[in-house]
Amino acid sequence: MSDATQDGPMLAADGTPLKRSLNRALRRQKLRALMLIAPLLIFVLITFIAPIADMLFRSVENDIVADTLPETVEVLADWDHTASDLPPDAIWPAFYTDMFFAEEKKLHTRLGTRLNYELTGVSSLFRKTGRAVGRFDTDTYTDQFTDLDESWEDPASWVTMMEDDATREALPMTASAWDRWTAYLDTEGDDPAEEDIEDLLFTMLYLDLAAQPPVSGLSERIQQAAAAVPSFETVDLQAQFLDADEDWADPQVWRVIQTYAPRYTPGYFLNAVDMQLTPEGVEMRPDNERIYGILFKRTIFMSVTITLSCILLGYPVAWILANLPMRTANLLMILVLLPFWTSLLVRTSAWKVLLQQQGVINDILVWLRLVDDGNRLIMMNNQFGTIVAMTHILLPFMILPLYSVMQTIPPTYLRAAKSLGATNWTAFWRVYFPQSVPGIGAGSILVFILAIGYYITPEIVGGTTGTFISNRIAYHISSSLNWGLAAALGTILLAVVLLLYWVYDRIVGIDNVKLG
Amino acid sequence: MSSLPPYATTGQTIWYYAFRVICGLIFFFLIAPIIVIIPLSFNAENFFTFTPEMLRLDPDGYSLKHYQDFFTNSDWQAAMWNSLKIAPVATLLSVGFGTLAAIGLSQPHVPFRRAIMAILISPMIVPLIISAAGMYFFYSRIGLQGTYFGVVLAHAALGIPFVIITVTATLVGFDNSLTRAAANMGADPVTTFFRVQMPLILPGVISGALFAFITSFDEVVVVLFVGSAGQKTLPWQMFIGLREQISPTILAVATLLVAISICLLATLEILRRRSERLRGMSPG
Repeated sequence: MSDATQDGPMLAADGTPLKRSLNRALRRQKLRALMLIAPLLIFVLITFIAPIADMLFRSVENDIVADTLPETVEVLADWDHTASDLPPDAIWPAFYTDMFFAEEKKLHTRLGTRLNYELTGVSSLFRKTGRAVGRFDTDTYTDQFTDLDESWEDPASWVTMMEDDATREALPMTASAWDRWTAYLDTEGDDPAEEDIEDLLFTMLYLDLAAQPPVSGLSERIQQAAAAVPSFETVDLQAQFLDADEDWADPQVWRVIQTYAPRYTPGYFLNAVDMQLTPEGVEMRPDNERIYGILFKRTIFMSVTITLSCILLGYPVAWILANLPMRTANLLMILVLLPFWTSLLVRTSAWKVLLQQQGVINDILVWLRLVDDGNRLIMMNNQFGTIVAMTHILLPFMILPLYSVMQTIPPTYLRAAKSLGATNWTAFWRVYFPQSVPGIGAGSILVFILAIGYYITPEIVGGTTGTFISNRIAYHISSSLNWGLAAALGTILLAVVLLLYWVYDRIVGIDNVKLG
Repeated sequence: MSSLPPYATTGQTIWYYAFRVICGLIFFFLIAPIIVIIPLSFNAENFFTFTPEMLRLDPDGYSLKHYQDFFTNSDWQAAMWNSLKIAPVATLLSVGFGTLAAIGLSQPHVPFRRAIMAILISPMIVPLIISAAGMYFFYSRIGLQGTYFGVVLAHAALGIPFVIITVTATLVGFDNSLTRAAANMGADPVTTFFRVQMPLILPGVISGALFAFITSFDEVVVVLFVGSAGQKTLPWQMFIGLREQISPTILAVATLLVAISICLLATLEILRRRSERLRGMSPG
C-alpha cells in the first residue's frame, strides 16, 4: 500500500492519521464489549467469587484468639515455653481482664470451642472458668477501697477520674481496663457513669497502686488509697484461676493458646490432612484420629470407580447412538436425555426406593427365588448404593461427549480396515477406539469432576461408609460448626477440581462445552 | 453396524444380537428407575414397593391419595410456592445479565476474553458444596444468609454459566452484517437489538433460560445452606423427606417433576429444530 504521490502517514476522512483513527475505533469497540460484560462480571464477582474468596480466607483466618484474649496474647508472645513451665506472673491479671470481658460478651465459649479442636478439654475449661470469673474473691479489693472512701462506688467519679491524663498515666492497667469497659458498655448502649464499678477495675487499681510509689499531683482520693494499699488484704489471681480449674497449671493449655495466637494459622489445613500444629512443630495426628486421609482416599476411589463404570456403560450406548439411523438414534437419545433433565432428587429417591431392603429390586430377587426372604440384600447405606446411584446419575454426562466425538468418526475407516483384512476386533481396537479416546477423556474428566464434589446422593444412599469428603464439609458447617476446617477441606477439594478443570480445558476447551 | 451383512458368520451374528441386548439393558438401567416411581406413586398403601393388588392391576391397589397429600399438606404447598417464587426471579436475573454479557463476549475484540469467560463459567465448575460453603460464610457476613434475596442471588449466579454457554453458542452463527444493515437504515442500537438481534438469538436465550430455571428449581445444596426455614424449596422438602421420615408423597412429587422435565425436554427439542431450520440445516 504505498502511494507515491502522498507523503507522510495515511489520513482518514476527517484528517486524522488512519492508524490513530483505527485504533480509536478499536478501543471504542473494546470498551463497548466490556460495558456489556461489566454488569454480569460485577454480579458474579459479588455473588460468587467473593464467597469463594471468603472461604479461602477463612481456611487460614484465626482472629478469635487474638481478639478475645488480646492482653494474654501479648504477655504470651514473650514467653519461652522451654525456659519456664508456666507463663510469667503478668499473665494472670492480663488473663483475668480478658476472661472478664470475654464472659461479659459471651465469647469465651466460642474461644473454648475453637481451641478444643486443637486440645481436647479446653472447651469445658473455658466454660467453667467463664462461670467462675465473675465470682472471684476480688470483691475484697472493692470492699477495701469503698471502706476508705465511699465515693469509689460512684461510677460518675470514675468517669471524671479517667478523663485526667496524669491519672491515666499513673494507673496504666486501670486505664486500659477502663477503656475496654467503656467500649463494651458503649456497644451495649449503657452509660459508664451509671453502671456499677466492677471488681475487675478495683483489682487493676490495686495492682497499679501496689506496683509503683504514688505519684504526686493526683487527686486526694488516689493519694489516700495509695497510702493505704500496702496494708490491703490481697487476692492471689493465680490461685483464683487454679481454684476455678486446676488445668490452668497445665503448661500444655498455655502452649496451645500461644501456638494459636497468630491471626493466621496453617492449623486448619494441617487438620484437614490429619496433621497437627503443636508447640513443638508440625506432626501427624495419632493413628486413631486420622480420618481425612481415609476420606480423601475413599472419595477418589469411589469417583474413579464411578467414572470407570460410566465408561463401561456409556461407550456401547454412545456407539449405538452414533451408528444407528438418525431417526432411531434421536428416539433412543430421549432415553439418555430424560434422566439428564430429571431432577437429581427424583433420581436419588428412585434409587432409595429400588435399593432398600423392602424395595423393588429385593422383591424381584425374592420372587425369582434368587434370594431368601430372610436375608434380603443390603444394597443401600454403603459404597455399593452410592456407586450405583451416582453411576446412573452421571452416565448422561459420559454418553453425551462420547456421542458427539463418535459422530465425527467416519464409518468408512472401519470398512476400510476390514476390507484390508482386519478382524472386527482389530478394526475396532486399532482404528475406531483410538479415535474415540478424546471423547472418553472429555467424558471421564467431566464425570470425575462432578463425582468428586457430590453431596446429596451420598448423603441419602451412602450411609456412613459411602460418604464423600463433601459430606464431611457439610457436617463441619452445620453440625460441628468448625468452619475453618470446613473451609480448609473445601479449599483442598477446590484445588483438585480446578486442576482437573485446567486439564479438561487443555484437552477439550471450555468453549466446546455443549449442553443438551 | 446399521444392519447385519448376509455373509456374517455365526459368531458375528451372536455378537451382533448380544451387543444389542447389552445396549438394551443399559438403556433399561438409564430409564427404569425413573419409570418405576410413576406407578408406585399411585400406590394405595404407604409402601415403596408393588403390592399384590397393584400387580394384579386391581383398581383398589391404586389411589391418588399421595397426590392429594401433596396438594393439601401445608409443608409441601409452602415448599412448592417457595420454589415458584425463587426460580423465576433467579432465571430473570441470570438471563438479563447473561444475554447482555454473551453479546459482549461475542464481539470480535474483547480484552481478557479467556479470563472473563473462566470467571463467568466458574459457578458451573466449582462443586456445589464448595459454592454453598462459601456463600454461607460470605452471605452471613453481609446479612443475606437466610433471606429470600440471598437465595435468589445465589441461584442466579449458578444459572449464569448455562445462559452464557447457550447464548454464545447461538451468537456464533449470528450474521453481524444484519445489525450493520439495521444501523445503516437508521435504527438505534436498542431498536436493532430488540427488532433484529433478539428474535434471531431467541431460541438460545430461551434454552438458556430453561437451563437456568431448572438449575434453580432443582437446586438443593446451596439453598440448604444459604436459605432458612422460610425459603424451604421443593427439593429441600424432598431431601428432608428422604433423609428423615420417607413418605410416599415424595414419589407423587417426583412423578410431577418428571412430567415437568418431559415438558422442558420437548420445548428444548422444538427450539433446537427451529434454530437448525433457521440456519438452513436439515432437521434431524
